[in-house]
Amino acid sequence: MSKLRYALYTGCTARESTPELLKSTLAVAKKLDIELVLLDEASCCGASHLQDFDDFLSLVLNARNICYAEKHGLDMVTICNTCQLNTSMTKLRLDENPELKAKVNEKLEEVGLVYQGTSNVRHFLYALIEDYGLNNLRKKVVKPLSELNIAPFYGCHNIRPSELHHHFNRSKENPYNPTSLDELIEALEGNSVDYEHKNKCCGFHVDLQAPKTSNMLTGTAIADALDNNADVMVTPCPLCHLNLDVKQKAAMKTLGRDLPYPMPVLHLPQLIGLALGCTPEELGLKHHVTEVPV
Amino acid sequence: MKVTLKVFRFNAETDYLPHYDTIEMSIDPRDVVLDVLNRIKWEHDGSFTYRRSCRHGICGSCAVKVNGRSTLACKERMVDMIELFGNELTIEPVSKKRVIKDMVVDKADFWKKYETVKPWLEAKIDEHPTMENIIPPEEAEKLEESDYCIQCGCCYYACPVVEVNEEYLGPAAFEKAYRFTADVRDYAKKERLEIVDILGQGVWDCVKCYECAQACPKHIDPIGKITKLHNQIFEEGVAKSNVATRHAVGFKKSIEKHGILDEGHLVAYSEGIGVLKHVPEALEMFKKGKIVMPWNMPKSKNLDEIKKLVKISSTVKF
Ligand code: SF4
Ligand code: SF4
Ligand code: FES
Repeated sequence: MSKLRYALYTGCTARESTPELLKSTLAVAKKLDIELVLLDEASCCGASHLQDFDDFLSLVLNARNICYAEKHGLDMVTICNTCQLNTSMTKLRLDENPELKAKVNEKLEEVGLVYQGTSNVRHFLYALIEDYGLNNLRKKVVKPLSELNIAPFYGCHNIRPSELHHHFNRSKENPYNPTSLDELIEALEGNSVDYEHKNKCCGFHVDLQAPKTSNMLTGTAIADALDNNADVMVTPCPLCHLNLDVKQKAAMKTLGRDLPYPMPVLHLPQLIGLALGCTPEELGLKHHVTEVPV
Repeated sequence: MKVTLKVFRFNAETDYLPHYDTIEMSIDPRDVVLDVLNRIKWEHDGSFTYRRSCRHGICGSCAVKVNGRSTLACKERMVDMIELFGNELTIEPVSKKRVIKDMVVDKADFWKKYETVKPWLEAKIDEHPTMENIIPPEEAEKLEESDYCIQCGCCYYACPVVEVNEEYLGPAAFEKAYRFTADVRDYAKKERLEIVDILGQGVWDCVKCYECAQACPKHIDPIGKITKLHNQIFEEGVAKSNVATRHAVGFKKSIEKHGILDEGHLVAYSEGIGVLKHVPEALEMFKKGKIVMPWNMPKSKNLDEIKKLVKISSTVKF
């Protein structure tokens, strides 16, 4: 297999409130000999909120981010579900609408850029599954996770809307019964926990304006994982992570449930890194509010 | 082809708890789910109850859930369900907590919320027109097929916010509001936007989970319409300054300044004085190295480009 290279769109969260996500992504890529070129020029994707305010501005900014991946001649990978949604949705809209693309390019040309539409945009999870391959990953496991019951939490924006997901990924995830994370957990020799809320919403996007809604949704997911004997949860989305990890106590309080034990919530690359033999420091495991016993 | 069905059974008048009937059946894969419901009634138990009327995907009455997926029974082919889920299928009503009998749910809350957005055209209509009232195609296109909604409720019962917030109007009502706010003939645009702009009941409480888009059997994309309502609320100057609207605007301000978000500042800007309630949480995050201090705030490379693009591409003032 020739060396895999991608342009990494980090998003904002991995540079601020979840520094452990960026750290662990880079550590895992190094172990797997995948080259990630950081897109330091990129701006925020708007996180689905700028889009509410100014749709056109959000298209221009997201197109600009993709331009930088195109400049490197690389496909873009994302490490946040919401970044994935906004970036891929922009790409699809521009690729399908030459008029809109021209309008966006008119602005981009003012700063010397042109959006062409040559780079694919995928979440790191699917790049690993589709390009690296789970069988190859299995061969790299040095510390099998067989002792762990792991509850996958998929996060909305990676699997819905499925038309968008299917457009960019070869693994055609069924949003009602997603399997990619489960398969990845099995490849790391962990036990994946099946539970009803694995494909449900954590409520992150209304955390400020409707904290009760957000807490109820987060709390329900954690309680469901607990009731199905999960030792740990894992998510490919740092926003879900913030709700499940940082808001865990508040969410359980709103739900009116006691936590028999705190539920550690790992970022996807942290879980992979553990199985590949990365150290807790390399994976930034001490950055969690709900402690990860290692 | 053989299938094993688990069918939800409950009669609110006589039962304390629901149960599931397990039925093995050999089906023609070309059957739709409604054919199977009919056979359950005709061949298994005559008391089995469900709604259906048009059998053409236009009355919206036959909505049920198959393996958690909302669907119109008369439109959904068994072969597609089997391809998605295998041949063990669970058939349930769209909302278990609203069940009257088996597949039949009480839709009162759905209709009440639907009415809230005034689901009719407010226009001066000539009572004795001499010719047709023609809308140019580009104006009609703005509706984006929102007029195809059949009020089946698939999106509403799939929405997680509806489950935890009784006030929330939900995707079907929003999509209906958009059907009129996008209509050039309608006079009540601002009024409708004011109805959906209220925190708690309105569009700001949508968690953006895309469950409604996934569930809609008419492919109407209710969340897409919700985003359009957000846009219209700003464009029409209806937006009140509150935590949700400042949150949206805060993104632009932050991007303009740093390229990437200043997460701490965004929360403070959105919440105003209410930010104080986040102090304990912020302290915990700080201890774990999850907060970037203002003097360490990272900035995007080539920030000048971003500043310029924000300046020349912004279309909305607030
Ligand atoms: S996207 Fe919004 S309206 Fe649609 S189901 Fe989710 S919360 Fe409900
Ligand atoms: S928007 Fe779609 S799912 Fe919702 S009520 Fe209308 S037709 Fe049904
Ligand atoms: S019977 Fe009318 S929509 Fe199915």
